[in-house]
Order: sequence, then C-alpha cells, then structure tokens
Amino acid sequence: MIHTTDESDIQIERRFVPKAKDISEDIAWAQINKDVLRSMERPRLMYWVIFLASLALFSFGVYCEVYQYQTGLGVADLENPQVWGLYIATFIFWIGMSHSGTLLSAILHIMHADWRKPIYRFAEAMTTFSLMTAGLFVLVHLGRVWEFYYVVAYPNERWVWPNFNSPLVWDATAIGTYLTSSIVFLYFGMIPDLAICRDNAKGFRKKFYWFLSLGWQGTDRQWANFRVAYLTIACFLIPLAVSVHSIVATDFAVSQQPGWHITSFPPYFVAGALYSGCAAIITLFIVLRYVFRFEAYMTMPILDKTCRLTFAIAMVWTYLNLIEYASVWYGNDEYAKQTLIFRATGTYAPYWWAMNFLGSIVPFALAFKSLRNHLPTMMVVSLLLNLGMWLERFMIVTPTFAHGYYPWTWTGDWWPSWVQWGIVAGSFGWFSMLFMLFCKIFPTVSMYEVKEMVYHRFMARKARA
Amino acid sequence: MSKVHTLALYNDFEEAGRTLQELKAANLPGFRMDDVAIKSPIEHPELSEMLGKRPVYVQLYTLAGAVLGSTVGFTLIASAQANFLLQIRGGRPVVPIPPDMVLTYELFILIGVLMTVVGCFIAWKLPGNRSTLYNTSISEDKIGILVKADPLVIPKINEIFSRHQPLEIMGEQGR
Repeated sequence: MIHTTDESDIQIERRFVPKAKDISEDIAWAQINKDVLRSMERPRLMYWVIFLASLALFSFGVYCEVYQYQTGLGVADLENPQVWGLYIATFIFWIGMSHSGTLLSAILHIMHADWRKPIYRFAEAMTTFSLMTAGLFVLVHLGRVWEFYYVVAYPNERWVWPNFNSPLVWDATAIGTYLTSSIVFLYFGMIPDLAICRDNAKGFRKKFYWFLSLGWQGTDRQWANFRVAYLTIACFLIPLAVSVHSIVATDFAVSQQPGWHITSFPPYFVAGALYSGCAAIITLFIVLRYVFRFEAYMTMPILDKTCRLTFAIAMVWTYLNLIEYASVWYGNDEYAKQTLIFRATGTYAPYWWAMNFLGSIVPFALAFKSLRNHLPTMMVVSLLLNLGMWLERFMIVTPTFAHGYYPWTWTGDWWPSWVQWGIVAGSFGWFSMLFMLFCKIFPTVSMYEVKEMVYHRFMARKARA
Repeated sequence: MSKVHTLALYNDFEEAGRTLQELKAANLPGFRMDDVAIKSPIEHPELSEMLGKRPVYVQLYTLAGAVLGSTVGFTLIASAQANFLLQIRGGRPVVPIPPDMVLTYELFILIGVLMTVVGCFIAWKLPGNRSTLYNTSISEDKIGILVKADPLVIPKINEIFSRHQPLEIMGEQGR
C-alpha cells in the first residue's frame, strides 16, 4: 500500500506527538537501584577533578582565614564604615542559595509534583551545605571570633545580655532552626534509600548504612508513619524557610542605613533567595547528570520544568527589584535616593548595571525552549544568574556603607582586600567539597521515589490501554 | 503458644493482593489480619487498605511538639528578659510581645519538627526488635507478606502463599 502524506496528516500528527516524558516508565526497579548505587562507586573522572579543585579552593580559604585571625581584621580592610564587606554579602548569598532546595522540595512534595523526585535529594543537600557555609561567615566577619555566642539567644545568667529584640539574635535562632530542620528533612527522607544501600553494601559501609537506616524494612506501618511525618515536616519547612530569609532581610530593613529601610525587603530577599537557589539547582543538575551518568533520571523535561520555574521566579525578583527602586525614588528620603543614584552612577555603577542585566535580562534565555534544552548554554546561564545574585548582595551591602548619611564617612573607592576574596573563594570550595563528598556517600537520586514515579506512570499507561 | 513468622515473596502487587484477599477470606483460627505486614520497596496504599485500618498517631506528637515549642520558647525568652527588672527600658515593656513572637515562632517549628521525628521513631518501635525474616530483594523490587500466627496454622498459611506463585517462602523456628 502506498501511503501519501498531505499537510492535514502532518498537522494531525503534530497534534498527537506525545510530549517528552519526565522519566521512562519502562525502567526496571532493580535497574534504578543499580544505576544509583553505581554512581556512588564509580563516578566519572570529572568528579575527582571537581573535588580536588574544591579542596584546593577550600585550603586557600583556610589559609586566608588563619592569616586574618592571626593578624587581625585589618588585613581584610574591614573598618568603619565598611564593616561587613564581602563577608556579609556572601553570607546572604549562601543563605539565599539554601532556600530553593528544601523550600521547593517541600512545596512540590505537598503539591504532588512528581517531577521533583529525581532531583530533590541533591537540592536538599545543597540547602544543608549552603547553610553550613553561610554560618561560617558569621564567625569569619567577627573581630573577636571567640565571642561568637553573643549572637545566640540564651538566658542572661552570664550577664551577657543578648538583645532578644535584635534581628541579629533572631537570625542566629532562625538559621539554627532551619539548619536542624533541613538536616532532619534530608536524613528522614533518605531512610528508605539508606536501607537499599545497607542491603547492597559490604564491610564497613554496610555497618554505616545499617546504623543510619534504623532497621527500615519497608513495612506498611513504617511507610504509613513515614509518609505522615515527612509531609508534616514539609509543611513546617515552608513557613520556616520564608521566615529565615525574611529575618535576614530585617537585619537590613529595621536599620537606619539609607536604602535599607524599605518595607519590601523581606519578600525581595525571599524572591532573590529562591532565584539563586533555582539557578544553583540547574548548575548542579547539569554537573551531576554528567558526573554520575544520570541521564535516565535527570532528564531534559525535568530540566525544562526547573528552568521555567526559575524564569518565573526571576520575573518576580525583577518586579520586586523595581519596586525597591521605585519606593526609594518616589519616597521622601533624600539620603536613600542619593544612595540609589550613587549605586547607578558612582564607583560601583558597573556592578550595579551588571547585577540588573544578569538578574533581569539574562533569565530571558530561559524563555526559549531551544536554549533550555541546550545543556552548555544552561550551564553558562545558571552561573551568570548566580553571579548576578551575588552582585545583588554585594550591591546591597557595600555601596550603602560607602555612601551613608555623613559625607566624611564616604568611601567610594573602597574595594575588598585579597584576604576577603580568598575567604569567599574558600567558601565556594568548602561548599563544593562537602557537596561532592555527600554525593559519593549518599544516594543523590531518591531511589524509592523514582520507583513510585515509574510505577504510577506505568499504571496510568496500563489504565489508558 | 508463642506465635511464629512466615514470609512470602512476590513479584508484583497484584499477586500479593490476591494472596491477602485469600488470607482474609480463609478465616483461620489463631490468625488475625492485624498480624499481617506488607514489606515493599514503595508505599502501596491500596494493598495496605486490605489489611484494615491502621491508625497513625504521628500528628499527635507534632501537636504536642508545637504546643511545647511555643510555650517553652516564649517562657525562656520572657523569663530571661524579666530576669533583670531593674534594667532601664525607657518606658518600654520589659517583655515586649511582638519581637518575642519571632523566637517563639522559630522554637514552635523546631520542636514541632523534632517531636514529629520522635513520634515516628516511637511508632516504628525503635530501637525494638524486628522480625528476622527479611529479604534484601524487598528493597529492590519484590513484595513480601509477613504473617505472625500460631505454629499450627502456619502450614495452611504457607499453602495459601504457594497458590499465588511466590518466589520464596521463608519461615522461622518457634520462639
């Protein structure tokens, strides 16, 4: 039979071309275990390249910190009015980075968005290690690091008098709560997978996973309690994550510095946090997909969804950024207005414009499907977005201190010393090193949830048939 | 008489479901559906429903944790502030409610989360003994049905298991 194709056939065919699947429902469950466990045994050579590079960066950071500790904060060029420098800017960056992992995982879990399943584990790990990195900067920026406990909320018996009304004390408590809850959420969600590791490991690793898996045998009672507890923790984590970055924002918003005393700061910070976190998820998605050969699990449709989500959040951030400028511009605070003009035209103007370009214009690359499906482009775009988000934090801290209320305190030409840059670089090394270690020791793809995903899709196909 | 365990492994949920139906219908003496457990690599609510209602009490621990967290949080902060009444506050309250709500809120969440986990561990009877009947293929792709019953009924249960093409039937000595 000769089959001829005319335009109407093509149109019909186009209409019924099945959409790309998030994951193939034909993957055998045993294969899922095998693929994920293999990733922990034999990653690509690139894994070791990244790990060693991270270790080198971290070592340099440690060197800089030791030098600063022994010599004094002067070597970091931190002096009035530039008392925070890169340290607090990078602290906010890492706190922000921590947001998307747990927050998005929890939101998507509650909404039953099953495309999160292959990627949420590493996103939650990212949260934990970002918070651990952020916490370091609280210590690093202190002149007398041994008195760090002044920021912790505890009773007054030692006559230290922590100020419970201060956002800095709230901050320490919120970050401590978020770190604890994120570790619990990450670990708790991993218990069934740790049992899989236990059942397949040998020697010391078997004992290690046996201890961590808490005797999990996958009984119906265990599953029922596990589900309720996991959902409950997810519900707690959503408001917690929002509160953490809102509180970081109040560190600024309740102060009297020109340009910081803005009502929209908390939502602006939360949106920026989600934005940088989503961009980091894209970066790590691409890295892990290659390094651990996760092409069958970290699929292009899932990346596509993550990119679209990032684009939406980028637009929210852009809106809130413009609101911040508008609030200052149309407000009645001349000092704040002058600080804004200084940001746009002063010494730091190239960074301000770069921040706006990277944060608001570059994300439009995510609007194009052809670009979303091109991994090298997405890698570059995600890194640029995070550079933009880091610049945002730098632009919040440094120009404001450089152009305060009193002209004789203006430090328009201030630039961080190499020690600060070294410690910031070291923080990236510390984060990457911990993250890569985690990926080698723990399963980065949730095996049981991917099995559920495959099973439900298989059953849906069966029902359709 | 002390009860003993027997475990049958199945290849899919359908076979396991049919086995459970037959076990339920058999109405064997010395055997209750409450003594049946499913061991599976993923949760399967439909199969679990066949075992009857098994309430989950984790939420009660969560509620207790949330109440405890808020109470302890506020009390700790307020008592620390009220600890030094002579402090000059310039007419402002010694225990200001709005700012204290922030830390109260954080502790409400922290203790709520921790108590949820503790509740789950209690429900799992940690660090209690578990049945030694376990097969590592359960964490891979097989479904296990574990039954605890009188030793006299075990042969009949194994017979029911055998009718549904089990991959393996594992037993244990009476205790």
